Amino acid sequence: MSATAEAAAEGPGAFRPSAAEEAVAVLANEVVNGEYRHLVVSCSELAATAAPGQFYQLLCPAPPGTPAGAAPFLRRPMSLYGADPARRRVEFLYKVTGLGTRGLATLAPGDTMQLLGPLGRGYRLDPAWKHIVAVGRGAGLATLGPMAQAARRAGIGVTAILSARRPDLVVSDALFRAHGATVLTVTDAEGSSGPANVERLLRGLIAEGRCDAFFTCGSARLLRVQQLLAREFGLPGQVAMEQQMACGLGLCFCCVRDFNLGGEIVHRRVCWDGPVFDLLEALP
Amino acid sequence: MTDLAVTIGGLRLANPVMPASGTFAEGLGEAIDLDRLGALVTKTVTRELRDGNPLPRVAEVAGGMLNAIGIPSKGIPYLLEKTVPLYRRWSPPLVVSISAPTAEGFASLAAEISVPGVAAIEANISCPNIEEDGKAFAMRAASTEAVVRQLRAATALPLWVKLTPNTGDIAEVARAAEGAGADALVVANTVLAMSIDLNTFRPRLGNVMGGLSGPAIKPMILRQVYQCARAVRAPVIGCGGIATAADAAEYMLAGAAAVQVGTATFLNSRAMIEVIEGLDRFCEARGIDRVASLTGALRHEEADEEDLSWVSPAP
Repeated sequence: MSATAEAAAEGPGAFRPSAAEEAVAVLANEVVNGEYRHLVVSCSELAATAAPGQFYQLLCPAPPGTPAGAAPFLRRPMSLYGADPARRRVEFLYKVTGLGTRGLATLAPGDTMQLLGPLGRGYRLDPAWKHIVAVGRGAGLATLGPMAQAARRAGIGVTAILSARRPDLVVSDALFRAHGATVLTVTDAEGSSGPANVERLLRGLIAEGRCDAFFTCGSARLLRVQQLLAREFGLPGQVAMEQQMACGLGLCFCCVRDFNLGGEIVHRRVCWDGPVFDLLEALP
Repeated sequence: MTDLAVTIGGLRLANPVMPASGTFAEGLGEAIDLDRLGALVTKTVTRELRDGNPLPRVAEVAGGMLNAIGIPSKGIPYLLEKTVPLYRRWSPPLVVSISAPTAEGFASLAAEISVPGVAAIEANISCPNIEEDGKAFAMRAASTEAVVRQLRAATALPLWVKLTPNTGDIAEVARAAEGAGADALVVANTVLAMSIDLNTFRPRLGNVMGGLSGPAIKPMILRQVYQCARAVRAPVIGCGGIATAADAAEYMLAGAAAVQVGTATFLNSRAMIEVIEGLDRFCEARGIDRVASLTGALRHEEADEEDLSWVSPAP
């Protein structure tokens, strides 16, 4: 039992954390395609009790061959790809890009890693919605998968528009289908991922009454398309934002972004006020 | 159980461990029990509303991080109406960190925030990210003396003064702060530094320069705590690269009466809890009843092995 879980078990009045700080065990860390990996860890029930859209802070190991002193110092934020409190598991989908994710890629089953989470504010689903649209590109797709699952449980239909550079780099289409979503794939290679084509697809879904709300992550261009349509048709929406982070708990103010709150431009912390924000308040 | 209580300039703390200003907000309460800390220290507040510096605001370097956050501040009414009431739900004393561009500004701000619920004021006269070219009051004894004298006249609350490591003679600055009425000295703020991205030839911080923190600066600040503690009678609060109880014990032996933990919390949200628990065990293993006995207990004389057996007990 982790120390935080012990503290939570001390009885009424005892401190109850909402985020677990603990060492977790790697169960799997497998290649999904040429760019992405799927990491599954065994953790406490608290760490696995997460809402779609929340994230974790991961202490990434140094990749082999890293010169002394060049190891990742700060933790890396990573959005939730799947959480199962009953089986005490959390899943992540990540693209190997920088020092931190290259280190993550070296983790093997049985290895341990320090983690803090779940953190931040996730997606909110309105039970009045009948059908929503999820638009994601690249690593931004990871955060939308659990949202599609939650929508299905709430009886809300989902159409997922998955954008990637090439068809072989599309990730999590099977996951969206498993969660009952209708999946449309658009790629740069096929010339179908441009904002004009995505706008055409979205207008079709709106006309069919299959877009009560937009959910998006991973592309500023596609965010702008959805903001335009949200204004035109008076539709709500939510966007998961990304930003460099240090603390993950709203302490340091390094992850601020500009948001438009009723005409006033304000800074908000992605880690604490988000990472999920109102679609129309976000500035791409 | 070790007696962990310490007294800092008239303020009694349940233990000597607290957050460093700028690395703490109520969000930490999502992960750890804030009631276990010795004190709570706010981010620095200014009278003027400040957005902070351009991004990127942090960069990681070997053994530490650079920050140039630039003190985003929501001003005094927000502090008095929101922040101070918010922290009433926790029992440790609330220390409010303040900054201003002038000595008069510091004084009027201190007077205005000397309200019930605020247990002490930490005057941040050392932020490298707020004044031009990293300059700060605490770089010179004369400007330190001037600002602390005005602060002392403006508030009856315990006055902690946070010094900068970016000065040639920190002991002289410490003496100036004490002479002007500081109740305690926080040693120290971050080390003025920079880093360049070789992929772009651009600075890695939006503000170009920023403050270095983390394990990389611990030996430097430990030395400065030692120099300050020898120079003044006022308690010194050590702050610089503390991540473990061993780090905290080193600082206390060098002369610190309490410690602040900052960057370590970003890497491990339980860092302060682990320092508190570890200090208890450190003292217990050596038969030390009170953690306060560690303060300044650095030994200079040589001793034979048998005589030192209590200092380094068998595990």
